[in-house]
Amino acid sequence: MHVFANPTKFLSIARPLTPILLWSGLLLVIGGALYGLFVAPADRLMGETVRIIYVHVPSAWLGPAGWTGIAICSIVQLVWRHPLAGIAARAIAVPGAFFSAICLITGSIWGRPAWGTWWQWDGRLTSMLVLFFLYLGYIALAQASSERGSVSRVAAIFGIVGAVNIPIINRSVVWWNSLHQKASISLSGSTIDSSFLWPLLATALGFGLIFGAVVLMRMRAAIAEIKVEARMRRMADI
Amino acid sequence: MNPWPFVIAVYVIIVPGTALLIAHSFYKMRRAERLVDKLKKKK
Repeated sequence: MHVFANPTKFLSIARPLTPILLWSGLLLVIGGALYGLFVAPADRLMGETVRIIYVHVPSAWLGPAGWTGIAICSIVQLVWRHPLAGIAARAIAVPGAFFSAICLITGSIWGRPAWGTWWQWDGRLTSMLVLFFLYLGYIALAQASSERGSVSRVAAIFGIVGAVNIPIINRSVVWWNSLHQKASISLSGSTIDSSFLWPLLATALGFGLIFGAVVLMRMRAAIAEIKVEARMRRMADI
Repeated sequence: MNPWPFVIAVYVIIVPGTALLIAHSFYKMRRAERLVDKLKKKK
């Protein structure tokens, strides 16, 4: 892992990887969404509103996945003092907050025709809203206490502590009564028909790749900012 | 209830939203990397 601790080595991988992730992600999302919108059938119970699934589910996966990434990077930063871990955690925060917000908004829009309400204070929806607020708090804390483009130890600890919300989001529909349906896709299989499943997997993978590309772009920006800062300091010393 | 306004609203939010996220990250990266190149040339 420390092989990538050298920013030059990291950049030699990140530079060619960024456009690959971005363009393949965009292709998958556009293909999956177009198929989902115009080719896939309407659902027997939900009707045409099922087409929201191709956007809502990927964002619902990426929001908590992003925070899991922040927590892992924070542990790596605190335990192994990996110089890129804090930069990666900070780079994940904005796309993570974005997809959490998209999940909440699209879920609310889907809730109106499906449940007859825009919002319900149940376990799943509330824990997802908490995740969004955690992201906002993390972004503010990371910006206020940044250390050479990375995040401070306080922000890293916040990233680890906030991860307690991730299993709560995951298990909320099992632990409490909820309007939200239980998980349809798990590691053991899926209860979704393949005509819905394939375009969903395409958009989920596509959004995941876009997420990765955005994280790489933000990490590259942070590394460049550190370089500029160091060079300016050296120039001021001369 | 007509479902299409809800479906359209979702895609109207996600498309420009994702485009904005990508554009902002790309612009931030390009601006910072250009500045590094500029400083390297100055040296």
